[in-house]
Amino acid sequence: MISKENVKRIAKLARLGLTQEEILKFQKDLSSILDYIEKLKEVDVSKVKPTAYSIEMENVMRKDESNEKLKIKFKEHRSSLASAKASANEKLLDLAPEIKNGYLKVKSIL
Amino acid sequence: MELTNLTITQTHDKLTKKEFSAIELATAFLEKIDKEDKKISAFLTLTRDLALSQAKEIDDRILEGREISVLAGVPMAVKDNILVENVRCTAGSKILENYIAPYDATVIKKLKSQGAVILGKTNLDEFAMGSSTENSGFFPTKNPHDLTRVPGGSSGGSAATIAANLSVFALGSDTGGSIRQPASFCGVAGLKPTYGAISRYGLIAFASSLDQIGPLTKTVEDCRIVFEAISGKDEMDSTSLNLKFKNQNSKPQFKIQNIKIGVPKEYFIKGMNVEVEKIIKKAVKKIENLGAKIEEISLPHAEYALPCYYIIAPSEASANLARFDGIKYGYSQKAAKDLMEVYLQSREKGFGAEVRRRIMLGTYALSAGYYEAYYKRAQKVRTLIKEDFQEAFEKVDLILTPVSPSVAFKLGEKISDPLTMYLSDIFTIAVNLAGLPALSLPCGKVNNLPVGLQIIGNKFQEHEILKVGEIFEKN
Repeated sequence: MISKENVKRIAKLARLGLTQEEILKFQKDLSSILDYIEKLKEVDVSKVKPTAYSIEMENVMRKDESNEKLKIKFKEHRSSLASAKASANEKLLDLAPEIKNGYLKVKSIL
Repeated sequence: MELTNLTITQTHDKLTKKEFSAIELATAFLEKIDKEDKKISAFLTLTRDLALSQAKEIDDRILEGREISVLAGVPMAVKDNILVENVRCTAGSKILENYIAPYDATVIKKLKSQGAVILGKTNLDEFAMGSSTENSGFFPTKNPHDLTRVPGGSSGGSAATIAANLSVFALGSDTGGSIRQPASFCGVAGLKPTYGAISRYGLIAFASSLDQIGPLTKTVEDCRIVFEAISGKDEMDSTSLNLKFKNQNSKPQFKIQNIKIGVPKEYFIKGMNVEVEKIIKKAVKKIENLGAKIEEISLPHAEYALPCYYIIAPSEASANLARFDGIKYGYSQKAAKDLMEVYLQSREKGFGAEVRRRIMLGTYALSAGYYEAYYKRAQKVRTLIKEDFQEAFEKVDLILTPVSPSVAFKLGEKISDPLTMYLSDIFTIAVNLAGLPALSLPCGKVNNLPVGLQIIGNKFQEHEILKVGEIFEKN
């Protein structure tokens, strides 16, 4: 059984707030799933290489340059032609909960 | 004439013969949805204006006498974890309840350019995590064959729209069975393509080494049409690959007599519904009678696929879902006093129980001291599962299995026990771990509830899978 302290530690690492009842619930749920996963210990993997992706490929890269094609063509659904050319940046900032002077605004860290 | 029960090819045929217009067709679907989706709850968002404006464009083309593609004017539904520009995209989560997609996913861009008409966005288990669509942050979807039962999941909304004739075809995504299992439960065709066959740009990521987009349709032929329209390399998805599927259709002499099919003994297990097993065995017999050679094979590590998946998928999910932080987009707890509280509270309120459970599990498996024992070991078992298939495909061309050990279960039946729920994907998960293509197609019914047959192929053998599927369907 995974300890309550461990559940709290994992929740903090995952940045998940949990209620008291949930700590108990997750303690039970995670323990039963982890017990099931113990089954993997039956397999001898001493000589096996790990697989991260089913298709082997690595370091697929494009040139690090600004690409006009990647800029989002913008058709504003709620307002007029004037904003029709708003940049991708503005469109993304529109989705942010809080912005100030074109930046994402966050609460104090300390 | 019933406009809403036609396949893609039939719809195309009647549109070009002007038996009805694209607008009439879209309107017929929208009216049917208004009337019937109240009881099924397949749609989260309807895109009425988009549908009608797309349909009008196609009608104009037809009037001008220009040629139209086979998908032009054909109404479709999109799983709500795939972005359609300027349309809300929730991933079935409260955390994205008001998120408006800033761009089109590559698959949507391709389908729009073919002229397909988008009716709306369909319900799913939150972030595609689930097997019943009951984990949706909004409401559960019901199985059109029996409203007291689940449609399967996570692409349950998409599968239900096909079964209830609320769209001609739909897109889903499949990480561990999320296209095939709902296709099976709803009695429709669903294809999970080879890993890399279709761009995932604009698909909200769940487990990136496993996720694939694919079609849900009325017939196997329709699956092929949609698959061909959306596959191919995309510079926006570095895992996508360019393969020549298209010309394969004209490849001469496909003969089912030349096909060798394996039936893995590990896929007929205790605890499987006896009636389902009978129907699958009958389907195998039918394919044998059609001329294919059938032989028993072994996939010795089959039983480890599910535990392996429940390390790998949650681990990747815990990393992918770190982006939902209450800062960049989505739900944000504004009353929080500092940054840490914004994270903790936004993610507490925004994510549902199953998503939180998987984030916890993944974080645990990746955390210091546990990484080697869980994640690394699971990756090694993944290698063995993949090698099982490689060895099998040296002997046979295709593999036949059930899609799920049971028919659609009752709403509420499995929701309180995560492990029981996970077991309904026991036959679909290994395919994702190995990156293979697989088709789910209807092969019979138990008490009026559909049963699905799974045809698994080697990488990029979609053509063979679909051919055998089409022959099965027509006989």
